[in-house]
Amino acid sequence: MDALTLAVIQAGLVQVCNEMDLAFSRAAFSPVIAEADDRSDGIYAAEDGALIAQGEGGLPVFVGAMQHSAGHIIRLIREGAVAPPEPGDVYIVNDPYLGGTHLMDVRFARPFFVDGPGGPSLFCWLQNTGHWPDTGGMVPGGFSAHATEVEQEGLRLPPVKLFKRGEMDREILSIIQSNIRVADQRIGDIKAQAAALLVGERRLSEMIARYGVATLTDAIALIRDRAAERMRAEIRRMPEATWRAEAFVDSDGVVDEPLRIALSVTRRGDTLRFDFTGSSPPCQGPMNSVWATTFSAVCLGVKHIFPDIPINAGTFAPLDIIRPEGTFLDARYPRPVSGCAAEVSQRIAEAVFLCLVQALPDEVTAAPAGTSGNFALGGVDPARGAGYVMYQITGGGYGGNAREDGLTNGCSTIGISKTAPVEVMEQYYPVLFRRFALREGSGGAGLHRGGFGVHYEVELLRGDARASFVMDHGRFGPPGVLGGGDGAPNEVRLHRGGTTTIPQHLSKDQGIALAPGDRVEVKTPGGGGYGDPFARDAALVARDVGRGYYTRDEAAALFGVALGPDGGVDAAATAALRPGRAA
Amino acid sequence: MARRIAGIDVGGTFTDLVMQEADGSIRIAKVPTTAVNQAGGVLAAIEAAGTTPAGIDLIVHGTTATTNAVLERKLAKVGLITTAGFRDVLELGRRTRPRAYGMTGSFEPLVPREWRREVPGRMDARGGVVTPLDETAVEREVRALLAAGCEALVIHFLHAYANPAHELRAGEIARAIWPNGYVTLGHALLSEFREYERGTTASVNAAVQPVLDRYIRHLQDRLSEAGHRRDLLVMNGNGGTVPARAVAAEAAKTVMSGPASGVMAAAATLAQSGVVNAITCDMGGTSTDVALIAGGAPEVSAELSIAYGLPIHLPMVDVRTVGAGGGSIAWIDRGGMLRVGPESAGSMPGPICYGRGGTRPTVTDANLLLGRLDPDALLATARRVSVEEIREAFAREIGDPLGMTPEQAAEAVIRLANVLMAGAIRMVSLSRGHDPRDFALFAFGGAGPLHAVALAREIGIPEVFIPFRPGLTNALGCLVADLRQDVVNTLNHGLDDIAAEEIADVLAAQEARGRAGVEAGGAEVERIEVHRVAEMQFRGQTHLIRVPLASATPSRAEVQAAFEAAYFARFQVRLPEIRAVLVNLATSVVGRRLPFDLRALAAGEAGKARLGSRPLYADGAWHEATVWRREALAEGTEVSGPAILQQADATIVLEPGSSATVDALGNLRVRS
Repeated sequence: MDALTLAVIQAGLVQVCNEMDLAFSRAAFSPVIAEADDRSDGIYAAEDGALIAQGEGGLPVFVGAMQHSAGHIIRLIREGAVAPPEPGDVYIVNDPYLGGTHLMDVRFARPFFVDGPGGPSLFCWLQNTGHWPDTGGMVPGGFSAHATEVEQEGLRLPPVKLFKRGEMDREILSIIQSNIRVADQRIGDIKAQAAALLVGERRLSEMIARYGVATLTDAIALIRDRAAERMRAEIRRMPEATWRAEAFVDSDGVVDEPLRIALSVTRRGDTLRFDFTGSSPPCQGPMNSVWATTFSAVCLGVKHIFPDIPINAGTFAPLDIIRPEGTFLDARYPRPVSGCAAEVSQRIAEAVFLCLVQALPDEVTAAPAGTSGNFALGGVDPARGAGYVMYQITGGGYGGNAREDGLTNGCSTIGISKTAPVEVMEQYYPVLFRRFALREGSGGAGLHRGGFGVHYEVELLRGDARASFVMDHGRFGPPGVLGGGDGAPNEVRLHRGGTTTIPQHLSKDQGIALAPGDRVEVKTPGGGGYGDPFARDAALVARDVGRGYYTRDEAAALFGVALGPDGGVDAAATAALRPGRAA
Repeated sequence: MARRIAGIDVGGTFTDLVMQEADGSIRIAKVPTTAVNQAGGVLAAIEAAGTTPAGIDLIVHGTTATTNAVLERKLAKVGLITTAGFRDVLELGRRTRPRAYGMTGSFEPLVPREWRREVPGRMDARGGVVTPLDETAVEREVRALLAAGCEALVIHFLHAYANPAHELRAGEIARAIWPNGYVTLGHALLSEFREYERGTTASVNAAVQPVLDRYIRHLQDRLSEAGHRRDLLVMNGNGGTVPARAVAAEAAKTVMSGPASGVMAAAATLAQSGVVNAITCDMGGTSTDVALIAGGAPEVSAELSIAYGLPIHLPMVDVRTVGAGGGSIAWIDRGGMLRVGPESAGSMPGPICYGRGGTRPTVTDANLLLGRLDPDALLATARRVSVEEIREAFAREIGDPLGMTPEQAAEAVIRLANVLMAGAIRMVSLSRGHDPRDFALFAFGGAGPLHAVALAREIGIPEVFIPFRPGLTNALGCLVADLRQDVVNTLNHGLDDIAAEEIADVLAAQEARGRAGVEAGGAEVERIEVHRVAEMQFRGQTHLIRVPLASATPSRAEVQAAFEAAYFARFQVRLPEIRAVLVNLATSVVGRRLPFDLRALAAGEAGKARLGSRPLYADGAWHEATVWRREALAEGTEVSGPAILQQADATIVLEPGSSATVDALGNLRVRS
């Protein structure tokens, strides 16, 4: 096949997925999908569910995840456990253990048929996933910090046909609606999610009409080979070696002990092997990850390092990710898993960064803040006489890298959604933010320092309320690399009735009672520093002190830079602090 | 009544002039832009048009002075006075990163932290005072910023859109101290909630205000010295103009004016030809600007950004930038796949054919190799580069590794560039709820007409529309633009909670303010139009739908019905059970200038239209394409592809199988 046809078909397949992404977000009612783009759309192989193409606007956490889901549906159909596909069918599934993430991420899969000599034949699957605001369970929204089994987290659906030959099955819909909160609004999201797949079917049919089944089939195989070759070429740039790193989840929310992710990455020939041996066993609380999410988190980390690589099964083929059986990264039924998509996946990506920065020090960053900073406040506002649930998410500092300091208040590693403005929060909820500020001193020191986290403080104005939060990196800060210092760890302080407390699990708790005047103070992590802080340009350290990013004492202790009375660098005193270096 | 009116647009490379004479005839000029001080190019353009500033009655000016200042960060030193606890709002942003993938990148706010000062004083979301303003602190911090060398000042307080009292009082205190007029109050420019976007908009304003003020004063002085008696009109990003003496106060409105004037010209041109739906496509060196004209009017957005982390939330013509242009570099990735972009050769070194040291093949080079672009027609080359040199580059970089001839490689590069651009244009269109196949493609700018026909085929657009002077579209936009004032206020209450009287009062106040601004222009206005828009959403959403209001005193039921209709039109969803929220009210007061007959612009030139023929590579083979001088094509002339239409400011390629007709206004209408 000529190079142009191949490139054009590759662009065309991605375009089909981009248009599915767009159609889904535009029609969805739920702000989680419509605004935060917490969804993804893709095309999957008929025989094994391997990823053919995925939309560029999908939430990063879903990179590579849905091919597991498609694979399970195909397997269950072969085994006769699930009814075989017919044109117009749409399967719904959210079972985390069947290639999912957490229960809130609901997948729709639609078989795509082409005309064959003996009637319609299955060509591929169109599939998408969307984060539903609620799927039942013990807390609204599904993020219980204390759940110990998946049944407490919500309704679990095996693959069933929600649409049969184009008609929605009202009985299945009725079961779903009877088990979730604000069910009446979900019908809009369901229609949007199914409509997006229809958009994909139309666009893919146009491609079939233009290129024919044979050419498209050949192109898909070639695209997969080329992507694999592309990944192998990146791998060959690394030395043949093994790199090790650890990352820690603060606790599972139930047992107050850190969960360890031990990762070793080995380059051998054209493959990169990811081995999680030595990681903690499954935990009681919801900080377990399922295999599809662990796999996806590794792919996500790799994609962040090589942003330009295409997203298809070929790209991930040279990645030999060993299934971490017996660890909390491969949880089985009935382990609770609500924290896997938002938090554990970010720790896994962090471990990938920390390994591969050793292989490609000029390209990979130190650890980013890596927590979604989920904070929820729920209560009844007496001024409105209505209940409310306020969600606040926050970013943190990114890691320094070979070229520059880390970004301040960057989005979570796995997300792309923006935070709501303070003015909007205060419009809708009975709260007053006392501050929303850059967290001084939080960026890890380094030749290129980490970016800064956020320091906010929110006061309840009226009525009683309960606060919950699922954050991470409270026990240890995001690690610096190549001599850089760690970013500051996450901190939560509860100011209630004149006393200040720190939650037992540092970064996770739920149901904390608040009265008017009580305040919750959150400091999000800074990014890890990159390289030797004593090699940082002293003038930049002076600038950072002038800006209040660091104190003069920190400049001396962390960076070995002494400042004169005017705030400029004191060259002689700095030379004394940095022995053996040019001032 | 003005007799002689000139539209003068300063672009990155050229300064263009389109001038209407008293008898309705047209003169044009194109001169190099003077980068350091754009006034030099403006005067040179007037001279090149064979007149003097004294001989022109009205000059309408489009400038990139502020755009360049922001993009190159050559800005005034700005100080910020803000609410205690919130000085970092401009630096923190909304929790983003520059690209979806990749944990790198950086962002510097326009106001560095040392010049951001906090003062006690706090409003709540309903405009009630939580903490009174500390006036002593305001005075102290203003003096400190002055002493630190700040030239412009921003005062930006939380919830000032709901109650501006603290900002107004702090402004009084500051103005008594500040040595110049460069004091921007956050709410005055944009009275909308969202502290980061409002504060950034105000900061952009302050940072470009001295730059624009100095430039416009200087230009006005030079024009006055040369005998020009009138106040200039200056283009804004909303597609309207404002008088020069008022432009600096709201300098941020000029930052995205360049692309807007092109779209205004497109709208005017299309309107006179009876085309109401079009996608405009202005392809340049590094990027392509795309906009939608639906129902005759350019789409407007108040949610655009000029660069990563720099939103400017003022109503502007909704121009989206697609990262592909003539300078996009073709390459083969490590997996052996052909790629075009996103890296661009830019203008330095530029494509190989510019002769400035570029060695990597670009889209422009591919056009040259395939005979689509005439090497003799290249402007601004440093060294004449032979076609053979380009051929070798395509062989070395693309053809040999992929087993293609250099010509096949070049055609593949153009085709892939068009596929990528077509995908991006589809997304722009679909995201606004429009199927691009229902639109015409209006191509202008240097490279737009070169790709337009192939691009239209790729998108599935049946008709391409190429104006008579594609390279002068922005200057024409200045000439046809109306005077315009936009006023926006935030209400942000459930529609059920707002009295119809309140809506009417806000709209009346907005209209009064807008009319005063338009009337201050002193330019000839045929009539004044008032357009009213409610920006609405369902409770819980954060994106806004623009809902046109038919009346100045709408009832709640009318507003509700208009919202539901607009929402359904865009999303095909009805949500009767959810409450509607009226977030913003906006009024645009437009002073319609006297109509401008485009036929004058298209006054055909005498001489032979058919220039001959030359080889053109298309669809894998060389064709002998007819070559025409576009300016000499008479009305009704039909040209069939393969053909090349050359004109002073652009080259048009008619692909084999396409055909074109010259309409009564000189536009080329191509059936793709």
